[in-house]
Amino acid sequence: MLPVAALRRQRLTEAVLPVAIAAAIALIAGDLLILAVGQAPATVYRLLLEGTWGNGYGTGQVLYKATTLIFTGLAVSVPLAAGMFNIGAESQLAAGGFAAGTVGMLLAPTTPAPLAVAICLLAAAAGGALVGAVPGLLIARTGANEVITTIMLNVIVLSALNWAVAAHLHVPETLHTPTIRAGTVPRLGALVPSLRGSAANWTVLLALLVVAATGWLVVRSRPGFAIRAVGSAPEAAATAGISVARTRVGAFIVGGALAGLGAANFVLGYKHYYEDGFAGGSGYLGIAVALAGRGRPIGIVLAALAFATLSQGGLAIHAVVPKQIADVLQAVVILVVAAATPVVARRLGEPPA
Amino acid sequence: MTDRPIPTSTRPDATAPSPASALALSGIRKTFGSVVADDDASLAVAPGEIHALVGENGAGKSTLMRIASGLLAPDAGRVTIGGRDVTGWSVTDAIAAGVGMVHQHFLLVPTLTVADNVVLGREPGRGPLYDPAEARRAVQALVDATALEVAVSQRVADCSVGEAQRVEILKALYRGARILILDEPTAVLAPPEVERLWTVLRAHRASGGSVVLITHKLDEVSAISDIVTVMRAGRTVARMPTATTTPSALARLIVGTERATPTTTSTATRAPREAAAPLALDVRDLVVLDPRGRRAVAGVTLAIERGEIVGIAGVEGNGQRELIEAIAGLRAASAGTIAIDGLRIERATVRARRDAGLAHIPEDRQRHGLVLPFSIAENLALDDRARYRASPFGLGLDRVAIDDGARRGISALDIRPAEPTRAVATLSGGNQQKVVVARETAGVGRNDTPLRVLLAAHPTRGVDVGAVATIHARLRDARDAGRAVLLVSAELTELLALADRIVVMLRGRIVATFTRGDVTLAALGDAMTGAR
Repeated sequence: MLPVAALRRQRLTEAVLPVAIAAAIALIAGDLLILAVGQAPATVYRLLLEGTWGNGYGTGQVLYKATTLIFTGLAVSVPLAAGMFNIGAESQLAAGGFAAGTVGMLLAPTTPAPLAVAICLLAAAAGGALVGAVPGLLIARTGANEVITTIMLNVIVLSALNWAVAAHLHVPETLHTPTIRAGTVPRLGALVPSLRGSAANWTVLLALLVVAATGWLVVRSRPGFAIRAVGSAPEAAATAGISVARTRVGAFIVGGALAGLGAANFVLGYKHYYEDGFAGGSGYLGIAVALAGRGRPIGIVLAALAFATLSQGGLAIHAVVPKQIADVLQAVVILVVAAATPVVARRLGEPPA
Repeated sequence: MTDRPIPTSTRPDATAPSPASALALSGIRKTFGSVVADDDASLAVAPGEIHALVGENGAGKSTLMRIASGLLAPDAGRVTIGGRDVTGWSVTDAIAAGVGMVHQHFLLVPTLTVADNVVLGREPGRGPLYDPAEARRAVQALVDATALEVAVSQRVADCSVGEAQRVEILKALYRGARILILDEPTAVLAPPEVERLWTVLRAHRASGGSVVLITHKLDEVSAISDIVTVMRAGRTVARMPTATTTPSALARLIVGTERATPTTTSTATRAPREAAAPLALDVRDLVVLDPRGRRAVAGVTLAIERGEIVGIAGVEGNGQRELIEAIAGLRAASAGTIAIDGLRIERATVRARRDAGLAHIPEDRQRHGLVLPFSIAENLALDDRARYRASPFGLGLDRVAIDDGARRGISALDIRPAEPTRAVATLSGGNQQKVVVARETAGVGRNDTPLRVLLAAHPTRGVDVGAVATIHARLRDARDAGRAVLLVSAELTELLALADRIVVMLRGRIVATFTRGDVTLAALGDAMTGAR
């Protein structure tokens, strides 16, 4: 019999150890890569840190990038808790941005700013939820595979948005919509002077609130209870009267809404318009954030910061090594976390069959 | 590596029968977390014998055989073959040494042919090229040599259950198995197919091979085996030549003297049903198809009154599971009606059926009964949304009510350890089952609907003696409180101890009904096997 304290310790170890191992292995892989291109690892890492956390602008950029990743990481982790892989955060994020951008540009410039922001946020969540609902319904209705449906839906939604902007809504000579004039989210630089010039904005605070709310939803709420039951044991949940299909559709809609909300970071906080391709892979990176964060609120925030650091740092080290090294490091971290988790769980001992 | 070379397996078409080596397991102990599956278990199989391994569900037979076939490594004890210590060997080692296991659940690729399945992993051919004609020829030769009749070019998806089992045996023999381990092979077979299986096993013995037959049917032990080993609660308690014992002596060894005869309480005095009052459970002309479109339940009509336990007896695979799942709402009924207290539910969702007063102790507690990573408290609340507080925004879980329910459930069923926050995955099998039983007999569903009908499928399968008594008491309590209970069990002693009425299912139909006091084991057995 395991005492409760030992069990807690084991759970903690299970959560932390794979990430720690991943970081160590990624560091070694990074060393080898940097040595392979003829540079000193210490120099490159110093450059990477100086270019990110070493100055106000770099810090702001990391915060900005991490903000989007927190949303997309949550967008993946909620369906994951229900046992479903959401590969569609990319298009859910884009759809949220498109909804916020178009609704925002249609609002009269005289609309009170807080109201305008609230309306745009709702539009963003609705846009993402709509795209999330489609694979959810297909899975529930036909038993389609969620990975295939979400990947294919990415192609369809991103193409449709590209066409809508390019053919109808763009400002001439650009691929973005007209600027929102009704009200936007202010930059953090207005409050913290050292962040001035960076894209960091108040959406980061929204992200932290949403992390807390999502954590509560999954762990403490009725729908979250059903989501976790369906994710861990769909047959037992069905036997106990929980509708597996409805729960999974719900998880996908919530996931889509979370991804859509993430668009506020770019559309409301940074550029103040929807621009084609703004998602730029943040939706896919959300998968890595969700996996590395292991479904825990703190884990997702830390993972988002780590990946944002690597992403911004890649720009900083561009002068001495290829930027792709940072991309490779990100991929190595994901790979190692994915590979280390089952190994660590096995080493720590499985529950009786 | 081993100090002696592993004999290269015989080519199947060169079936010059070599005698099996002696297989011996001694002092075997195996635990899964806190559950002791085997504790000082032993088994010795000589060449050219059919050895029956008997014991109740959960006695540790399957675990012992998984150790023998290399699927599991023991925590303590020794495994030897032909005197060579092979403790903790792998499945590959076991196969190379001629030990092959035929599992209760077939491991076959349905879209491939019989021949493909048999040779899978050892395909004949040149380099990367597979030679299907050679595979068919080799498997046909094996079929001819062993009387394991099955069409080698047929797809496994089109095979009957008996044929699929013969394919599994062919697979083991193709890999050169001389010691065949069969885990409850007759559980899925119709009587004529059982006879054919016996013929095959006798032929295997005649060629010098040995067979270990896991079973809990004592008539099979006398029909086929030379030696019988009895296991109880993880230990080997007896080993003797079959000819020197009787089924009733074996039965006493299997259950142990401490509960040789099940205590039978009198039927609760039922008030005579008012003529107008509807039956608690009323099933009429129910037809349920299995995934392959066959009538697993072929027109069952069954009525249960309040305060009555009706038991379903039958060889596994005669429609009992499908019947229960159709009533529970997990499987669609293709014809017929189901009513609870007069309310038709055959098209309702599981949720709606539970709201109408239905509860269900499912057959497979780990898959269908429990969310293993969840705590005891969460599992006890799994079905019961009335325990959730309507705030904030009607979304919050009512932790206080959940904890209350957990305390009540834990004390009612004596769940150990009595820690509501402990994950059920860490509990023993018996305590896991108590969690399921506590939840399903809690009596109050959403909207405070009282429990009306309780479906209990193999409620004590694989649980320890103490838990059996607790669970039986709980089922009687439910009956005495006026619930209708439908009990499916493979343990006839359990049915005899609990049921007011026993119906027998055979090939999807109810073929016999017995009332308490007017039932004998012999009559039940005849009805179950269709001998009557």
